Amino acid sequence: MVTVTEAVVIALLFGGLFFAFVAAVGLIRLPDLYTRAHSASKSDTLGAVLTLGAAAIALDTGVDTLKLVLLIVFMFITNPTAAHAIARAAADQGIEPWTADDADPDGPADGDPADAGGDPDDPDGAVADGGDRR
Amino acid sequence: MSLVADALLTAAAGFMLISIVVLYRAVKGPTMQDRVIAVNVVGSNTVVVAALFAAATDTPGALDIALVYALLNFLMSIAISKFTVERGGVL
Repeated sequence: MVTVTEAVVIALLFGGLFFAFVAAVGLIRLPDLYTRAHSASKSDTLGAVLTLGAAAIALDTGVDTLKLVLLIVFMFITNPTAAHAIARAAADQGIEPWTADDADPDGPADGDPADAGGDPDDPDGAVADGGDRR
Repeated sequence: MSLVADALLTAAAGFMLISIVVLYRAVKGPTMQDRVIAVNVVGSNTVVVAALFAAATDTPGALDIALVYALLNFLMSIAISKFTVERGGVL
């Protein structure tokens, strides 16, 4: 028989794993540094916080739960701040955001050798060109 | 407690698999900041795995490790994003 505490812990673990998985999919699949930062800051923070909440419920001694609550608050503050700092550093370096014009109309960008090679006349093209991403 | 411990350890294994998948972006990914974001995600997954380990095996010392690692992870992201920009006014 499953008690209420066990059911809550397992539900929170499922939620946390789901959001961490969504963050990983966004980090792999999204076209741009800025969209990846969005995925990493939001979904990954929520997944980590849900899972830490599950651990906090599973550990029911006072000091350990206090440490986990501290960790949750800390995650909520620092994870989006770090992503913001990274994205701002990228913006200061002049990396252009991906727009719909960068999308390859002929299909996935992986199969296009002209795009994948990068252009020699544009030294910044390797970082700024949306078509060069994977 | 056994069911909860098993669930916590399984979730920790899932987080490790997700970290391995995210390493693809850290290896591949075309700009410096992509790598920093991927390493940041791997670090926060590591914090979660340490906390889950502490809860599953009832070793509260791992919680201190998780706290310190979360601090170091944040500091790493801020430091790298400051060092990659010349003027350094990131935050």
